[in-house]
Amino acid sequence: MSTRLSTGGRLLNKSSQISFQFNGKQMRGFQGDTLASALLANDQMLMGRSFKYHRPRGVVASGAEEPNGLVNLGKGGEFEPNARVTTTELFDGLTAESQNHWPSLEFDVGVINNYASRVMPAGFYYKTFMAPAPAWKHVFEPIIRRAAGLGRAPKDRDADRYEHFYAFVDVLIIGGGIAGLQAAKAAGEAGAKVLLVEQTAHWGGRAPVDGVEIDGKPADDWVSDTLQHLEKMKNVSIRTRMMGAGIYDHGYALAYERVTDHAPSQDLPRHRLWRIRAGQIITATGAIERPLAFAGNDIPGVMLASAVRDYATNWAVSPGDRTVVVTNNDDAYRTAITLKESGLEIPVILDARPDGGGELADEARALGIRVESGKAIAKVKGAKRVTGVEICAQAGEGNTLETIDCDAVAMSGGWSPVVHLWSHCGGKLVWDEDQAHFRPNPEAAPKGARGEAFVIPAGIANGALDSAAVLADADRAGKDAATRTDHNPRKLAAPKANSVEEAPMQPVWKMPHGAGYKLRSKMWLDYQNDVKVSDVQLAAQEGYESVEHTKRYTTIGMATDQGKLSNINGLAILADSLNAPIPAVGTTTFRPPYTPISMGSIGGEASGELFQPINKTPLHAWGEENGAFWEPVGHWRRAYCYQRSGETVEQAVHREVKATRTSLGLLDASTLGKIIVKGPDAGKFLDMMYTNMMSNLKPGKCRYGLMCTENGFLSDDGVVARIDDDTWLCHTTTGGAASVHGHMEEWLQTEWWDWKVYTVNATEQYGQIAVVGPNARKVLEKLGGMDLSKEGLAFMEWKEGKIGAFDARVFRISFSGELSYEIAVPTSQTRAFWDALHAAGAEFDATAYGTEALHILRAEKGFIMMGDETDGTIIPQDLGLNWALSKKKDDYLGKRAQQREHMTDPNRWQLVGLETVDGSTLPDGAYAVANGLNANGQRNTQGRVTSTYYSPTLDKGIAMGLVLNGPDRMGEVIDFPKLDGSIMQAKIVSPVFYDAEGEKQNV
Amino acid sequence: MSNAVSALQGATSKGFAQVTEAGLRGMITLRGDLASPKLKKAVKSVTGVSVPSPRECSSAGDKAVAWMSPDEVLVMVPYADVVDATVRLAKALEGEHALVVNVSDARAVFTLEGEGAREVLAKLSPVDLSREAFTTGMFRRTRLAQAAVAFWLRDDGTFELVCFRSEAQYVFDVQSMSAKTGSEVGYL
Repeated sequence: MSTRLSTGGRLLNKSSQISFQFNGKQMRGFQGDTLASALLANDQMLMGRSFKYHRPRGVVASGAEEPNGLVNLGKGGEFEPNARVTTTELFDGLTAESQNHWPSLEFDVGVINNYASRVMPAGFYYKTFMAPAPAWKHVFEPIIRRAAGLGRAPKDRDADRYEHFYAFVDVLIIGGGIAGLQAAKAAGEAGAKVLLVEQTAHWGGRAPVDGVEIDGKPADDWVSDTLQHLEKMKNVSIRTRMMGAGIYDHGYALAYERVTDHAPSQDLPRHRLWRIRAGQIITATGAIERPLAFAGNDIPGVMLASAVRDYATNWAVSPGDRTVVVTNNDDAYRTAITLKESGLEIPVILDARPDGGGELADEARALGIRVESGKAIAKVKGAKRVTGVEICAQAGEGNTLETIDCDAVAMSGGWSPVVHLWSHCGGKLVWDEDQAHFRPNPEAAPKGARGEAFVIPAGIANGALDSAAVLADADRAGKDAATRTDHNPRKLAAPKANSVEEAPMQPVWKMPHGAGYKLRSKMWLDYQNDVKVSDVQLAAQEGYESVEHTKRYTTIGMATDQGKLSNINGLAILADSLNAPIPAVGTTTFRPPYTPISMGSIGGEASGELFQPINKTPLHAWGEENGAFWEPVGHWRRAYCYQRSGETVEQAVHREVKATRTSLGLLDASTLGKIIVKGPDAGKFLDMMYTNMMSNLKPGKCRYGLMCTENGFLSDDGVVARIDDDTWLCHTTTGGAASVHGHMEEWLQTEWWDWKVYTVNATEQYGQIAVVGPNARKVLEKLGGMDLSKEGLAFMEWKEGKIGAFDARVFRISFSGELSYEIAVPTSQTRAFWDALHAAGAEFDATAYGTEALHILRAEKGFIMMGDETDGTIIPQDLGLNWALSKKKDDYLGKRAQQREHMTDPNRWQLVGLETVDGSTLPDGAYAVANGLNANGQRNTQGRVTSTYYSPTLDKGIAMGLVLNGPDRMGEVIDFPKLDGSIMQAKIVSPVFYDAEGEKQNV
Repeated sequence: MSNAVSALQGATSKGFAQVTEAGLRGMITLRGDLASPKLKKAVKSVTGVSVPSPRECSSAGDKAVAWMSPDEVLVMVPYADVVDATVRLAKALEGEHALVVNVSDARAVFTLEGEGAREVLAKLSPVDLSREAFTTGMFRRTRLAQAAVAFWLRDDGTFELVCFRSEAQYVFDVQSMSAKTGSEVGYL
């Protein structure tokens, strides 16, 4: 059984006990434990089930590379799936549940897949669910979806908050082992601005566990001395619990700081995503130990040798009383020695190398440990827990020589440098034959904007062999980074670490070498996704020669650990199967993030109320107080209508329309874009921007204008007012303010850069209120200040002055057909002006109306609306707007496009009014059908509805639509089938349904 | 004028930095040839301040001028004086191709005070806000989370920030959230 040792535990605070829950069971641990070490201390080796075969899974590693120990963490709004037990720091009250099993971790029905594994090899899904095609959607996919995914998806809204942070440094160093520390020291001493980040809560990495001595001191002492030194340097910042997540172009990096994961009760952002601009980035990311591929290497109790050593030294946990060590290199001997010195049994060290190990092997023998060279594990015995191993010769086929009882296996297949971050932005790798690993190719570093390398690998991440080499390499990296960021490194020597003479490792990709199919089909490469040696071999046999294809076919490396343990072993097997050298097969692509980061951290502060900025007009608060039913228009919120108590939305809209037609309506039109265009060439410029003539507009006058894209399609409309000789004010639609301004600036800056024109988007300088209805003039005259009589301000004129106490610009324009004034006042006075209008208008039942009433009023008059009558494919000619296309001008944007053959086709659908035969209201977007079928066997169409409303004024449905030859077919009745199959009939009429003579506004 | 109110009417919040909506400020967008002697003279005579260098804000008393782009500056004066200042600037620039627009009401102004102010901004804006990089008088047009803003550092160590008035509530809320006590980053 796994248990807590009485000695050791350098990271534990044994005076502080912590209680937590696993699968509902109460357990105890210490401050400093990870969830993994605490579970092991409670003899909870079984932590989950694998993805495909639901095999029992125990923890195999001790850090970020862990593929097996994944749990659902927390509850409700704090729930998180797929949390790695090895990187989850224990805290009081932690609750965790194992994943991917039903009904329980101990007894899982899904394990049936395990026994069916012979019929579920690699590519099983691809082969099985090919045909018939409809079965995929209706049968296979729903079943597979239910089975897919390890953890559950959270059901509740994330209760935590997150944030970003922007940092700018000369040198970013990723990894706080002795390499990162020394690199930070070297770069910091040169005066560079340094940020050093470490993903765990502790500095020093593996060195203290491995018994390294630096400058004659134990590594722990050197680490704390160096930290003190770094903390004194003002130009150096160091942070723990912060993982370098990704490296991107131009020295951009993401770092993921887990602020409160270890102490979740605090009211703080849970994660902080650092967005860093660095001159140089040093990747001191260490190395990951590789598993060995032997039969049964996935049974709980089989662990990486380094992890076994970590658990014993860091957390005083032994994975078992009797641990067999199996290795192809000297490093694993350290594990045997550590366990032996803790008083635990090492029945045997199996060294696959015929000649065995070096100094460390001698030391192990001296401790009385049995060491067998050239030997291997034929298979591991046990189901949910290791019970023993069968020993064989590595060179043979796996015939059992001896069976040894044990409850744990510590394996080491050599070390792979963590090259992920180096590779994210294009750093290339070389295959190191001696170490049998990929390491960064110093000739092919990620390049910055000036073609210079901006990433420097350091230490074992750069393939350095031992601690002495690591420190020398890191010192060099720190100094290089300083030099490249224009600092002068000090001429100090790198610290010296003790080194042990180690015998060369020997690559062992499967164990034993001549294993038959039966053994190979029990040799796990990818623990989480259940990919075995036999699966990769099958992929090769079926023609998957590219490593990227093999990955997708077998799913090796596609789990949440992204193949940190499996990739190199997998591609070595593939290379072997293809008879190709490993570097010729190559690796799959390393993509950020290094380990998964929370979605919350990516969103940062943008959640809840802060999800997106909402643009509010100066009358927004009034709307909130007066029943506004909001609709989003761009980022604005506009009132669709203002509901009074007891009213439905529809009733409110109808009330607003009637009040406006019969007495007085008030509209918040503040969101309309207002762009000021000024300069000697402004007239010429606006003649190009608009289809109409704007240069001949007189000061004091307004004109409705249309804007088109270069391709001739309508893009925006609005009223243009001439302010003075060289100044115009262009109104745009609500959504068009920023884009029209951008459109103008683009043409001015790229094509007509020599035209003397300046523009300013002054949209928010003014609140704008439309005062509409037969009593509009009366209410304004009550407020007084300006002559707004029929003669004093004629239709399509504007003037500036005072209304009551307010500075106002009054435009006599109408989008409703009523007598109407649009009045712009400075935004800071808009609310007061609105209140004054309501007070003065009380006797006229002044009624605030929203966007839906606005739509109905304009539709009754046959006025078009951008986004209803237009959709990016409509030209002014389609809408009967030829009157707004100037014939006097040589050119305007869109003019030539509108002369294309397709644009002048007489069969383009044209705008008409549509009136249902029975007075009902047509559905929005409905199509009018024509006789016959098209080439696809679909019913031919001859038109569609673009706007449709119930008109309270006329008490019937009114609509506008585009119809084939529509204007020539007045009075004709056409059919609009509904979704239920019934047909609505509508008569083609003029789009102007109300006051066709315009008498209402001519007062 | 008596009816004029600012977007948030002086709202304030205090965490590890204090965020305050600073009330109405006179602001004039001036577009023109920033190298022209006539423009330089006009700016100087109305504000007492010279046209600033790129990415800087020059100030004197209650007036300031900020560099917005190669052909645009933002002239700041007390709100009560802005109509007059706009007219004076426009008059002084008669005959020159330039555009002078009062944009006071299109904006909201905030102050951000306290030791932690740099970190509040550094959580929201992709700008190097370290003491050595962002010094007194510097001015940036950038974004604050998702809102377009500009900010600068006054002589007294206080940041001033302008945004579109319609987004004032968002800009206030996002600063207040970032300034929550306990969430100091301890970096700048």
